[in-house]
Amino acid sequence: MRHTWIITKRELAAYFATPVAFVFIAIFVALSGALNFYIGRFFEKDQASLDTFFSFHPWLYLLLVPAVSMRLWSEERKSGTIEQLLTLPVTTTQAVLGKFIAAWMFCGIALALTAPLWVTVNILGEPDNGAIFVGYVGSFLLAGAFLAIGICMSALTRNQIIAFIAGSVVCFMFTFSGVDMVLNAFRGWMPDTVVETIASFSFISRFQSVTRGVFELRDIVFLGSLTAFWLFATVIFVDARKAA
Amino acid sequence: MTMVEIDHLSKSFGDFQAVDDISLSVRKGEVLGFLGPNGAGKTTTMRMISGFLAPTSGTARVCGHDVVTNALGVKGVIGYMPEGSPSYDDMTVTAFLRFIAEIRGFTGADRDERIAKVARRLDITDMMERPIDVLSKGYRRRVGLAQSILHDPPVLLLDEPTDGLDPNQKHQVRSLIAEMAAEKAIIISTHILEEVEAVCTRAVIIGRGKVLADGTAKELLTRLPDFTAVSITLPESSAGAAAAYFRNHPSVAAVFETSEGNGRSKLRLTPKEGGIKLEDIAAAARAQNFPVAEIYQDGGNLDDVFRLITTGDAKQGGVRQVAA
Repeated sequence: MRHTWIITKRELAAYFATPVAFVFIAIFVALSGALNFYIGRFFEKDQASLDTFFSFHPWLYLLLVPAVSMRLWSEERKSGTIEQLLTLPVTTTQAVLGKFIAAWMFCGIALALTAPLWVTVNILGEPDNGAIFVGYVGSFLLAGAFLAIGICMSALTRNQIIAFIAGSVVCFMFTFSGVDMVLNAFRGWMPDTVVETIASFSFISRFQSVTRGVFELRDIVFLGSLTAFWLFATVIFVDARKAA
Repeated sequence: MTMVEIDHLSKSFGDFQAVDDISLSVRKGEVLGFLGPNGAGKTTTMRMISGFLAPTSGTARVCGHDVVTNALGVKGVIGYMPEGSPSYDDMTVTAFLRFIAEIRGFTGADRDERIAKVARRLDITDMMERPIDVLSKGYRRRVGLAQSILHDPPVLLLDEPTDGLDPNQKHQVRSLIAEMAAEKAIIISTHILEEVEAVCTRAVIIGRGKVLADGTAKELLTRLPDFTAVSITLPESSAGAAAAYFRNHPSVAAVFETSEGNGRSKLRLTPKEGGIKLEDIAAAARAQNFPVAEIYQDGGNLDDVFRLITTGDAKQGGVRQVAA
């Protein structure tokens, strides 16, 4: 645990070592606000709630989260520091977890900086603050699951751009596997159980209830176990391909 | 006391056998020079000893820890500098060394003291607050060395520690290795042969993943067929006669003549089996009244040993045989 935390501290400092981190956070905050106000028509709806705000998060994460995770292992492999890191007395699991937690905290910071919106709806009206809280927790967990996928893609290549694109594509498949457009491609020639299984992996169908302030235990378990699965896969890939 | 024991270590990548059944042991106080052409398996072997790569078969034991079953134990007692000493470029030297020190379990004043001590030892105290990516190659290498000795490990693995350094920096790194040699077991990989003569107590030559030779630099030199070759410098006018005479000397296999310029020629007498005695040649030259300006036994050099062992080719550069 101590080792994991030391790695987390280093990674978090690495994010803020360049202005890119601040640019990223600014883009996230500005974009999540802009989508809410212009596309979500926050004022016209005349409701003191943030459900439209949260409903845009999967879209935003699709582009921004793989950008956060892409460097985590690709850069280590490209610069050779992976050999330095993994010959220190740390396990691969500790290294993977340390990096994941740092990236997750970074996303958490970005998410926390959208709080002025929460304050705003409280000034303008009387929102259901419990629902908003659930929305933030759900959004944070969703970011974690996306990050786990992104880190795994980063462990597969030494090229950050490829890690970014692969991360986006896999996140996209998981996000929208529950959408009719995707499911229709499988209906008819695949058994119903397979179609339902594909649909059950979808983030978006689970996240829709979250935006309304309803978060069921099974959704938490789903996101948590998916995150754990991808992190576990990352450990295996890092071990198998570290010298490649 | 045996600190590192390499036990039938092998590694293959697909069809390619990078390391093929290497067994070695290194005792405390020894500086083992790992020699070999590029691609011989030096780095792969080092990576397996350090616990970075898992061996395909065989194992290595470092201070009693088996790298296959207890890689973490091995990593704790080893100081390892990977090839090219990769380090996190965006960190300052201090931040990087702090990170390494904390991972190695040092905190607070103990940590800062250790960092200050290695910084003085490697002469990097002026660079501590600079980001690593702005440092020169020499400083980067010294930062890499600093992280490897921060925890005063009993075993040190250095992959090409002086590669790319200028002669002063090379000297400095070699002195540091020599200083630490007594209380540690040190393995360095290199293809710079002068380094082996300068710091290593023992040299192992590997090629295509196998150990081809193992011994002190002196022992390796005796493997050269020309180890006892004798060179004589004398005026060009008498070179022909001397060459003809020595070609018939019982211990001489062949005579090579080169022009030295300024009216002088150099004869190089290569030995038959059993070698040449310098005294015999000197006595013969005196008896024949050859006007010898210079006579010495050159003994060959490690470059030749290296070529002989790794390619089976030990031609002496720039020497042509006199037409018989």
